[in-house]
Amino acid sequence: MARAWRFGDFVNTDQIIPGRYNVTTDPEELGRACFIELRPEFAATVAPGDLIVAGEDFGCGSSREHAVIAILASGVTAVLAPSFARIFYRNAINRGLAVLECAEAAEVADGAEVEVDLALGLVRDRSQDRVLRTRPLPAFAQRIARHGGVLELVRVHGSLNGDCGPGCGRAAATTQLESA
Amino acid sequence: MGTLAEEILSARLGRAVGAGETVVVPVDVVMSHDTTTALVAEGMDDLGRRVAHPERAVVVFDHITPAATVAAAQQQQRARDFVVRQGIPNLLTDGISHQVLPEHGMVAPGDVVIGADSHTVTLGAFGAFATGMGSTDVAVAYATGESWLRVPSTLAIRLEGQFPTAVHAKDLILEIVRRVGSDGARYQAVEYIGGAARTLSIADRMTLCNMAVEMGGKAGLFAADDLTLSWLQGRGSRPAAVVQADHPQYQRVEEFELDQLEPMVAISPRVDTGRPVRELAGLAVDQVFIGTCTNGRLQDFAIAAGVLAGHQVAVRTVAVPASREVYLTALQAGYIEILIRAGVAVESAGCGPCLGRHKGVLGPGERAVTTMSRNFRGRMGDPTSEIYLASPATAAATALLGRLADPREVL
Repeated sequence: MARAWRFGDFVNTDQIIPGRYNVTTDPEELGRACFIELRPEFAATVAPGDLIVAGEDFGCGSSREHAVIAILASGVTAVLAPSFARIFYRNAINRGLAVLECAEAAEVADGAEVEVDLALGLVRDRSQDRVLRTRPLPAFAQRIARHGGVLELVRVHGSLNGDCGPGCGRAAATTQLESA
Repeated sequence: MGTLAEEILSARLGRAVGAGETVVVPVDVVMSHDTTTALVAEGMDDLGRRVAHPERAVVVFDHITPAATVAAAQQQQRARDFVVRQGIPNLLTDGISHQVLPEHGMVAPGDVVIGADSHTVTLGAFGAFATGMGSTDVAVAYATGESWLRVPSTLAIRLEGQFPTAVHAKDLILEIVRRVGSDGARYQAVEYIGGAARTLSIADRMTLCNMAVEMGGKAGLFAADDLTLSWLQGRGSRPAAVVQADHPQYQRVEEFELDQLEPMVAISPRVDTGRPVRELAGLAVDQVFIGTCTNGRLQDFAIAAGVLAGHQVAVRTVAVPASREVYLTALQAGYIEILIRAGVAVESAGCGPCLGRHKGVLGPGERAVTTMSRNFRGRMGDPTSEIYLASPATAAATALLGRLADPREVL
């Protein structure tokens, strides 16, 4: 069972990984500094598979992809929020961090026991015994997610444009598909 | 038929596209800097690809330059290695990317620009569709010469009238962000229109486009005009494909009367908290910083020098020109000497203390009044420090009086 870590509205990339800590590309180092000032106990206590639940415009601010790397390195695999800032949203999809849009995200409590079903795009909040539905990714983002990231898509097809049927891509089970 | 964003992207694609469509678009300029290039290089190595069009690629050292720490120096070694291995002819070390790209004639009206920095939107001041992305997206743009994006709908900002005395573009954008909100333009283009838009200087336009991202915007845009072309003339820029909006369908139009504005300040830690400076005048301040991609241009140095000429600052003050060209021109105009004689620490061109890594880091509980674009908690140093955003005039008046000051107090 995963734990929900609740954050507020407008969590910016300076809070996810402050500028003084992102002068490296080493995921472990970045993971240790994830939320180091906003929530100092986070990096040491978060468990693999835990879920970040946030408010509006999660990831606003700078373009630093280090923010996504830091979250993934901390063990978190998905973020649930009513809305995301656009650069963070792209960075997450490009690196395989699930970004789950859901208007009711704020109703999940900090510490809630949750289960995330990425294939169906569902979050089960065991603490409240309810199921939250998330918005499917836009079509182009789905294509990227199916490949496990944009680099793999370009590697397979040679460009962003390659013909890409529903069976294409190696990561079909780990994305929010049309069924959600 | 479309907004400026739709028209630029349509012209670049050779077919009419509209808001909401996802397109793969050719990119004219791809940029990364000293803290994002190492990650870009990892992406390129992972792909095993070469830069598709080296002449369209630019790597800029601006964030922590000259290197302040061993870690920063190592990041820059990796970036230099990338530039050499990929045969990129453009490594610029003479200022902030968003300032030096146009100075070097590397941006032209009608261009599509992708930069690994959120303030890439600044270049919309030249009539280019310029947007920030992460390092992996930028690696893809380097490798393929293309990028994918959803054609944005547009929030139009209609500007009329003239600025009153001591009121500047920064005060206007703080008022715009206050009204629109930190995410009020999320995924949208922000297009500046109206009679006053055409009268604003290139520096003003850059300030307004720069902070489009502080409303969540994907791009900030001014239509290129004679002023744009004359600014770019002699800088070696490519022939311009000047594009105009054509019967645009804006998602929303917000109107602003410049005459009704007054000096504004945005309060830590949110950008959309703008209030008139006079309501907070007298607030204790520990440091003033004048510079950045928002307000580190010649015009800004002229304003600061005008306030500080013949006086001494009453609080520690740092000034950082946005580029070496700005520095040299300000030096020749006498502004730098005025600032130095006033007791200001004038640092070499670049991002300066905006990122809390060097040249004026804040200690616990300290408060800075700065001309930056972001006042996020801890951005300039200790997480308990505070950043208040203001115009160069307000920053200089504050430096002079040693407390938050309305520039009209010192005229």
